[in-house]
Amino acid sequence: MNAGVSLTSREEIEVHRFSWPVSIGIPIAAIFLQVFLRIRFFTVLDLPLLVTIFFAVARRRPIPGMITGALIGTLQDAWTGHPIGLFGIAKTIVGYLGSSLGVKLDVDNPGSRFLMTFAFVLIHRVIYMAISLQLVGGSEAWSWGHTMLSALVNGLAAVVLFALLDKLKLRN
Amino acid sequence: MENFFVRYKNPLALMAVLFIQVVALATQVKRPENARSGNTGSGTRLIRVWTVTAFTPVEKMFVSTGHFFRDGWHNYADLRGVRKQNRELLDEVARLQMEQVRLKQDAEQARRLQALLEFKERFISRTVAAQVIGTSGTEQSRVVVIDKGSHDGIRQDMAVITPDGIVGKVKEVFPLSSQVLLINDHDSGAGVILERSRLQGILKGTSQGELQVTDIMSDEKIEAGDHVITSGGDRIYPKGFSVGTVINATADRDNDPFLVIKIKPAADLRRLEEVMVVTKMAEETPAVAAGPAPMRAADILAQRLPSVPKQDTNAPKSPVGSTTGATATGATAAATPAAKPSPTPVKINPTTGTGTEQKPGNTSNATGPAKQPAGGAGMATANPVPAKKTGVEDKKPASSGQTGPVSAGAAGAPTPTPTPKPTPRKPRPPAAAPGSAPPGASEPKASDLPGTVSPEATPTPTPEKPPR
Repeated sequence: MNAGVSLTSREEIEVHRFSWPVSIGIPIAAIFLQVFLRIRFFTVLDLPLLVTIFFAVARRRPIPGMITGALIGTLQDAWTGHPIGLFGIAKTIVGYLGSSLGVKLDVDNPGSRFLMTFAFVLIHRVIYMAISLQLVGGSEAWSWGHTMLSALVNGLAAVVLFALLDKLKLRN
Repeated sequence: MENFFVRYKNPLALMAVLFIQVVALATQVKRPENARSGNTGSGTRLIRVWTVTAFTPVEKMFVSTGHFFRDGWHNYADLRGVRKQNRELLDEVARLQMEQVRLKQDAEQARRLQALLEFKERFISRTVAAQVIGTSGTEQSRVVVIDKGSHDGIRQDMAVITPDGIVGKVKEVFPLSSQVLLINDHDSGAGVILERSRLQGILKGTSQGELQVTDIMSDEKIEAGDHVITSGGDRIYPKGFSVGTVINATADRDNDPFLVIKIKPAADLRRLEEVMVVTKMAEETPAVAAGPAPMRAADILAQRLPSVPKQDTNAPKSPVGSTTGATATGATAAATPAAKPSPTPVKINPTTGTGTEQKPGNTSNATGPAKQPAGGAGMATANPVPAKKTGVEDKKPASSGQTGPVSAGAAGAPTPTPTPKPTPRKPRPPAAAPGSAPPGASEPKASDLPGTVSPEATPTPTPEKPPR
């Protein structure tokens, strides 16, 4: 008797699909809110990153997830004073990792969503800082406190936001 | 081989995408001269332009809608305190007018000296008001987006200011909007001066969004609260604009003999809504103004006080003897400094205020008898011309300042005229002056009043009968 337990059920490895308006509108809305709402809280919260993670994990296909992250990151770069590509590269990698992870783990559970987002925010920050300091020659300082706060806030926000975005999935 | 690509399709795709992005990034970083001029490669520039231009109309619409509702509410709420605020503002205007006179004289003097030294002055010639409609959305980049772009005359590296102080400079210009790099961004810099000690330093932002001044030696004495202004040396920000105040000064660990001075920005960089872009700076030798003669602070105050009407130097001299008893009274009153408004209305002394004939053109009254409110010295005038009242005069119908001769005193020449002995007579009822003091109601003697002289010194003409 085969006693091996798979980490994923059939439901968990289901590849979700989204309508075109949702696929385009949600990332644009996330970027719009991020740059439009001049609230200090929103500079800690990274809505485009959360949307990148959600689509990557839900689609469970690395290449679409990666491209989604690249496009969202590049659009986000356009609003900053930095060279274009810093957020683009970071979100490309996060999108790829998110979709790869979604195939292997149960990512529909709120607890796993929180932990996954927490980890991805840290990864995103590390990649961003590495590119900024090593490739662009930036002078930003690493702040553990700020990074952990950002990861915590985004992790909690992801639990709520992903539950809302789940309703936009197309069911067969 | 084909199996390799199929098997590692995803990692290969990832590497390809990353490679393209890194090359694009390197292209931007390798061309600092292009980056300075705002031309960071046509491809990357297009991405910025398209993205920002696509979002700007929507942002403008949201901002306008938000302001419409907010302003509507504020307009209603502000009405409640507008009366009190108006009083405070009037006081403030009076105080500022006094201060302006002093500053104007200082400025004139400075211009004369600058002209002597052929000093070139840079000043703001033209500004464009703009509204903040967005930010970068991240703490890694302190950038705001304003709703004015190249169509409005905005160019790169123009200074952005508020009435409180400097805000930043224009970093990127798009047709309908522009990106402004705030002074607290870690890529930002400006030349500044500590106003008290005149020490020059460089203002920089930190990655935490704080402001600090560097390049000041550690043996200099810096105090918290010192005001920091722009030096103008960076050729971006106009000289003398407020930057902020010193919070504290500590030794720079990375740069030992120097200090790091933390600055609290004068402009609230977190709540920017309306800003001004300096679109034109002029540079010229200041011309010495050949305007009207400077006005003394006392003159301004005299204009505002009801007790000191302007002296009409063109008024014909009155004949000797027409100077009333009130003349001397008021003359002395006006001889006191005009800057001291009487706290209480001074009532007219009937012994001096009545029985006097106020002739037109009387030297004792600069404004002429027609302007005298009834109830004062002019109360007894035979001139039937209705009194022309100012608001203040209505409230103080018989104040010492309203007696005609006040301005004679203002000229500093109270002229006691030898006249017959004063004859007491019954006070005449006031000629329907609203707000005037009732006759005979606790009227103090002129000698009791501040700024009056005794009746002995008060020449009074021969009394005449009141007209029927």
